[in-house]
Amino acid sequence: MSSTTHPTALIAEDEPLLAQALQAELARAWPALQVLGVAGNGEAAMAQALALQPDVLFFDIRMPGVGGLEAAAALADVWPQDGPQGKPFPALVFVTAYDQYAVQAFEAQAVDYLLKPVQPERLQKTVAKVQLALAKRAPGAMNFEATLAQLRHLLAAPAAAPTAPSAPLRLLQASVGAAIRMVPVDEVLYFEAADKYVRVLTAEHEHLLRTPLKELLPQLDPQAFWQVHRGTVVRAEAIESVTRDEAGKLWLRLRGSPARLAVSRLYAHLFKAM
Amino acid sequence: MKIDWFEKLRTYLQVLAFALAVATLQYAFMPERPYGPPVVYSLLIATITWAIIDIGREMFPSSAETGWPHGWPGILLVAGGIAAGYLLGTSIGDRFCAVFGWHAADIGNRENLARSSILITVLAGMAGTYYFYSSNKSAYLERKMTEAHRHANEARLKLLESQLEPHMLFNTLANLRALINTDPPRATAMLDRMIAYLRATLSASRQGTHPLRAEFERLQDYLELMTVRMGPRLRYTLDLPPELAEQPVPALLLQPLVENSITHGLEPKVDGGSITVQARREGAQLVLEVSDTGIGLDAGNGTPGGTGFGLAQVRERLATEYGAQAALNFVAAGAGGTRATITFPYQA
Repeated sequence: MSSTTHPTALIAEDEPLLAQALQAELARAWPALQVLGVAGNGEAAMAQALALQPDVLFFDIRMPGVGGLEAAAALADVWPQDGPQGKPFPALVFVTAYDQYAVQAFEAQAVDYLLKPVQPERLQKTVAKVQLALAKRAPGAMNFEATLAQLRHLLAAPAAAPTAPSAPLRLLQASVGAAIRMVPVDEVLYFEAADKYVRVLTAEHEHLLRTPLKELLPQLDPQAFWQVHRGTVVRAEAIESVTRDEAGKLWLRLRGSPARLAVSRLYAHLFKAM
Repeated sequence: MKIDWFEKLRTYLQVLAFALAVATLQYAFMPERPYGPPVVYSLLIATITWAIIDIGREMFPSSAETGWPHGWPGILLVAGGIAAGYLLGTSIGDRFCAVFGWHAADIGNRENLARSSILITVLAGMAGTYYFYSSNKSAYLERKMTEAHRHANEARLKLLESQLEPHMLFNTLANLRALINTDPPRATAMLDRMIAYLRATLSASRQGTHPLRAEFERLQDYLELMTVRMGPRLRYTLDLPPELAEQPVPALLLQPLVENSITHGLEPKVDGGSITVQARREGAQLVLEVSDTGIGLDAGNGTPGGTGFGLAQVRERLATEYGAQAALNFVAAGAGGTRATITFPYQA
């Protein structure tokens, strides 16, 4: 495999000039790095990363469709962990024009962060850090855990900020045709994102909310409801059992519902035997 | 309803001072009579009148904002307060004076006395009420004015913030930085666009109207900047018939609409799309239309910052400039996009 000698990278950036510029800067800062491809949006980036299995990902945070953070989280979920060709999860470098995620907090972590316009000196630092991470990547699993923790943190940060102090939601108002149906939050077993809507499932009924899950989540009591997947938030008390399938994926079984819910790797840390 | 009792006490003390002044004036015109009775009557009448009007006005829902009930209830309250003040005040005063034996000498003159004290009560009551009403009103107007000022300042700041949105600014600068090395002439052109855009943005709040030609030039600056950034994902058409070029429009009126189309319509869409800005004349009306083929209305609601600020701001400017003669229509157009249509009178 060529990647043992030459580290490889994938760039995800929707602005063509900026993708070119980053590639040019990388050629100067890290001549040995081989850029395998450039993706223009999150979905393409995920597909290419899976196919090419690079060592480093440079992901723009704001992209059309799926953003960089979400793409990385989704990728972490489908990344082949322990296969015969199982390659460690790539080092992540997020690129953004504007610092909305408190850059400094992450400078010392597994995930790095670059501000646009990218400055050569700063890029040099990132390159050194990634090179170090790649060199001592023997305990891959640990690295992966740290990356997951950080992705979780990054994904939660912007949503939690504006609506933090308000009391948890008690009543949902679901539209049923022209009428509005009041659904007590206490009756909800789980929420599931469906396109721009959220499906709300109680023991007996299913309702549809027009509020995206991202906006709903900060209004729920975090003790009572756990996010177990990008698109699934479940009442913790309703969980009956957690099982691991042959592929290592976790599945939830609920009381009062026949549904089986998948747990994303990002949230697998919630379920550990005591 | 929350009553500010400290404020009430202050008003009451002012009322008492006013009542004493009235009694003193009365005494000055009729020094042959004792000073005691007019003071007692005056204070009693003033107290009752004050209590009914000043505390009573808090009970009216319509006084919640201005402090006074609107229309007839307000007038009736004042009239009732003065009448009750007089009747109750004099009957209590009569008893009070009887105890002190101050009235013995006045029996023959009673009717005359009653008439003059009614007159004094009504005049003093009206004068007092008018005084408090007008000071209340000016305080209210002042409050309103500072509020309006604050709103205007906030709106201006928000407008500036939305136009100098950091994502747009830093991404544009990053593109510029990339171009300087690879394509200096294009970098220079982009920089010129950016300078024109920034200059227009920063001076728009101080400028009233400018010709439609200038408006379209500014839109072109912005769209050119965005084209450099988005590449083939953004296509645009600007359609301004030459005979409309000199029509006056509020400066950068269309800017928020075009920006909305880009940030909420085209930027989030993987394939991008096109945006069309068109001016035309329909009879006595000038019609300006911004349409796009982006992801449309529904999905746009979920993107951050889509709070309708742009639309509200355009509506407000139209209302200030043209009143009811202008309209802004915003619809989800065919194929998922949106269309904003502005109409206002054509200037012959």
